[in-house]
Parts: sequence; structure tokens; C-alpha cells
Amino acid sequence: MTLGIGIGSVSLSPRAVWQVIVDHLAGHPRNTVADAIVWQIRLPRVLLAAVVGAALTTAGAVVQVLVRNALADPFLLGISSGASVGATAVLLFGAFASLGIWAVSLGSVLGALAAMTAVFLVSRTRRQLAPTQLILVGVVLSALFESVTSFLIFRGNPQATQSVLFWLLGSFGNANWTQLPIPAIALAVAIGYQLAQGRPLNAFAMGAEPAASLGVDVHRLRRNLFIVTSLMAGVAVAVSGVIGFVGLVVPHIVRLMVGSDHRRVLPVGVVFGASFMVLGDLLARTIVAPQEMPIGVITAFIGAPTLIVLIRRRPYLYGATQ
Amino acid sequence: MSLDLVGLSVDIAGRRIVSDIDITVPEGRFVGLLGPNGSGKSTILKAIYRVHRPVTGQVLLDGVDLLSMRPKDAARRIAVVAQESTVEFDFTVFEMVMIGRTPHKGAFDRDDDTDRAVVAEAIERVGCEDLTHRSFNTLSGGEKQRVLIARAIAQGADHLILDEPTNHLDIRYQLEVLELVAGFDMTVLAALHDLSLAALFCDSVCLLADGVIVTSGPPKAVITAEMVRHAYGADVLVIEHPESGTPHLIPRRTSREGLPLDRPTRPTPIQ
Repeated sequence: MTLGIGIGSVSLSPRAVWQVIVDHLAGHPRNTVADAIVWQIRLPRVLLAAVVGAALTTAGAVVQVLVRNALADPFLLGISSGASVGATAVLLFGAFASLGIWAVSLGSVLGALAAMTAVFLVSRTRRQLAPTQLILVGVVLSALFESVTSFLIFRGNPQATQSVLFWLLGSFGNANWTQLPIPAIALAVAIGYQLAQGRPLNAFAMGAEPAASLGVDVHRLRRNLFIVTSLMAGVAVAVSGVIGFVGLVVPHIVRLMVGSDHRRVLPVGVVFGASFMVLGDLLARTIVAPQEMPIGVITAFIGAPTLIVLIRRRPYLYGATQ
Repeated sequence: MSLDLVGLSVDIAGRRIVSDIDITVPEGRFVGLLGPNGSGKSTILKAIYRVHRPVTGQVLLDGVDLLSMRPKDAARRIAVVAQESTVEFDFTVFEMVMIGRTPHKGAFDRDDDTDRAVVAEAIERVGCEDLTHRSFNTLSGGEKQRVLIARAIAQGADHLILDEPTNHLDIRYQLEVLELVAGFDMTVLAALHDLSLAALFCDSVCLLADGVIVTSGPPKAVITAEMVRHAYGADVLVIEHPESGTPHLIPRRTSREGLPLDRPTRPTPIQ
């Protein structure tokens, strides 16, 4: 993280970085350029990247257990595409303009919530959530929302379209102290809740019925975790756009490293996901400097080959041996 | 410490699957639940471990309503071994058996020495010590089933529910699994497919057809050619097991019905 703060268009030594942070925490900041760069620009950005990375990783690991499907990710329930509709509407047509910097975030949170609710309502059979149905409905409604986004882009003006595209691919470029606390705290609380569910999640990995026989309240656990992970994904999308691949791949990488016991997977995932995202953001800022690459591009470029190497080295992942 | 089902009826998707089921499993006994595919064996068992909620009736454990207990408390009394299952995630045998400790633990409790001792002992009792650190998914069907039994032991329950635990297993593992379970000091209710094996291991059996209990009692009284024809619609011979004296099924070919049974026929090649 120190690295992530230090490196940029102006490089700072780790010592200088910590100097600034310590000064601020001690309550007497200095009025230097380094101070402005670290405290105003880079620190909030790195913190946001870390918390979003951690959240997407744990949310991804949890969703994969809930639907018992290795290809699941936190955006499974149409959350990213719903958020895209909301954000696109804001960016292209200036909805919620009076809210200033919060407009895009609000637009995408509303979009994500609407998508999530729609998916839940459509896939509800009696009072149960059937995983397969949930996946199918999520995929179908995602496609629908995506075409709405495309329609909006098609109707909007070309310049705004550029910013929509950039937003869709994800970035931490807008991080600042005013916007940071609410989403960061929300995500941290959600991560904490998930960390407490390691043991029931292990039971759940056996399947819903064995989990019931092990004393897990299956309906309640599934419902709570779906809602929590969906909200996490929605918040993450709202603050940083759609950063693909992290929620899908990082949980796998972590499982390959420490096994499937979720009491290890989740905490390790927090650390690993946060570092992965901070490094990814660092690359996004530096590779084509002074321009910025969308971080979604970076995460896919690093994540995909890494996973392929790991899978080839340990081929039994997810029943591949059968 | 008996397990009693009293007037149990279960609906699935608005359709009555089993109705008015009464079964008593006395302490330490091995009771078999028999019946053709789709007769409701699994449904009854799943109503006991809370997958299905019964419309009427009760499940009593020592006279206490099991379904009104907290899920965790219930799981400390009743463990379940179902058909051999696939697990998408890569757990070691030790981790698998440790999952049996779930109902004994709170959200942030760590595994302590007691847990580890219980797990090691459970693995030893099913004879899987040398598999402890193997990945569960790499085991054979019979080994997997023994590990799942170890998980049930580690759960520390005094009642065991088996849902066709010998499915897909070859004869050696079928015998091994049932021998293992019958040797436990547990109260067992097991849905079983193979009537001859059931007769060999069960203290008493209940025969189910179309969601109702047709008859129940000691295997010798229940497993008769007439009852099998009634419940399964299959024509079989029932003879006495030469060692145990329990009923044993011999299938017959209906296409040969014209032939007198006592006439020696040439042995047909086994396919």
C-alpha cells in the first residue's frame, strides 16, 4: 500500500509517505506538496482500492459457495448491469444533477438495487431461493439491462459516451475524502459479517441439505448472504465502476493457495484482494502515464493468466478430475 | 432416547408426498425404511432434518418436539449420512470431518483440542487414518462414504439418519458401510434400497408404498413375496438366508413365466 501511495507521476519514498500519514494522524499536517499528493489524492484512492478489492473478493467467494458454482461472481444477480443503467442515465442525461459528485453513485446504487430486487422477485418460488433459477434469471435480466445501457448510449451524445465507457471499465480516479467514508465503512462492516460465517459456509459448501443436517439455518443464511453480497457489489460498482474479474478469479487463487476452508479463504481473501486491487490500480495509473488505463483492463490482464497457470499446476480444482 | 414420527404428512409443491407416517425407532435400534423409488422414503427423512416442513404431525426425540428445537441443538442430536455426494470445493478429509463440529461452534470459535481429538477419533473409527490429509474429491465412492460417516460421528449425535448410504457402492463397500453403522451405539433410521441387505442388518423395517406405510415389523414378517409384489409390483422369490435366517430376495424373469420353476434350466451367460 505504501508503494501504491508512493509511486505516481511524482514519486515519493516510502519514508516520505509515512511521514505525511503520521503527521496527519498526529493532528498537525504540514503544508507541503508531498502532503497534498499523499493525503488529498493518493491515500483515499489506495484505501478505496483496498476496501473494494477485499469486498469483491469475499463477496465472490461467498456467492460461489451459495450457488455452488465456480463461475459465479458478485455481479451474478444483474447488479453491474443494473448499476450501469443508473450511472449511464446520470452521465448522459444529467439525472440527479443537483446532487453533484454523488449523482453517479446514487444512480448506480439505485440501478443495482432495482436490478437485484427484480432478480429476487422473478426467481422467487414460494418462499425459497433456488440457486439455478437465480443464476438464469440473473443472466437473462443482465442481458436486458445491458441492452438498455446500449440504447441509452446510442441515444446520448458522443462526448458523454466516452465518460460512460470509462466508468463502465472501472476506475478509482474519483476517490476523495468526502466520498470515501460511507462506502468504505459499509463495505468493511459487510466483510466483517462474512468473516463470521466461515463455519456455516463450509457446511453450505457440502450442499444445502447436508448443511441443514449440520444445524445451519439454510434459508436464513442464504437470504442474508445474498442480500449482503449484492449490496456489497452494488456499493463497489457505485464508487469505482464495474471492475470485473476480481470477484471471480481472486477467490479461486486464494483457494488454490490455502484450500477450501472458508475460515482461511475469507481472511486471506481480504488481504490478497486488497493488495491485488491496489497493485492493479498502481499499474492502471503508471503504465500509460500521464493517461490512466481503466482498472478493469488491468485486473483481467493479470488475473486470467495467473489463474490459468494455477489451474494447470493443480488440475483437481472444482471436480475437474471427474 | 427414542425417535418417534407421529402422524407425519409432507407436501411438496402443493402435492401430498407422504401421509400419516408413524414410525418408532427405539433406543439403540436399527430401523430400515423400505419402499420403491418415489414412495417417499427420502421425503420422510428430509422432514426430520428440516429440509421439508411437515404439514401435520410431529417428530419427537425422547418426547420433545425436534422441529421446534434450534437447528443447532437438533443437529447435536441427529446426524445424517446421505447418498455419496460430490463436493465442488476441495476439502481434505480432516477438514470434511471437522465440518461435523459445526453445530457445536459459535461464529468466532476456533477449533480446539477437543474438536481435533473428536475428529481424529472419528476418522480412526471408520478406518481412514491414512486418508486424513488426502483431498476428499480424490477418494473412491466407498472411501467417501466412510469419511461422511466419520463426519456424522464427529457431530456427536446419538441418532443417525441414513438416506440410501449404499447407493452406487459395490457389494464390499455396501457391506462395510452397513456393518460399520450397525456396530455403532446409535439409534439409526435408514432408507435402504436392497431388501436382502436391509433384512440382514435391520432390527425392524417399515415398508412404504405411495407415501403411506403398508406394513412394519421385524424383517421376516415384512419382507415376503406377497408384500414385495404389493409395494414394488415386482415378482420375486423370498428364501431364507442360510446363515442368518433372514429373508433374502431372488429375482425372477417374467418372460420365462411359462417354465415350471423346479425344472433345471441351462445357466444363462452373465452379461
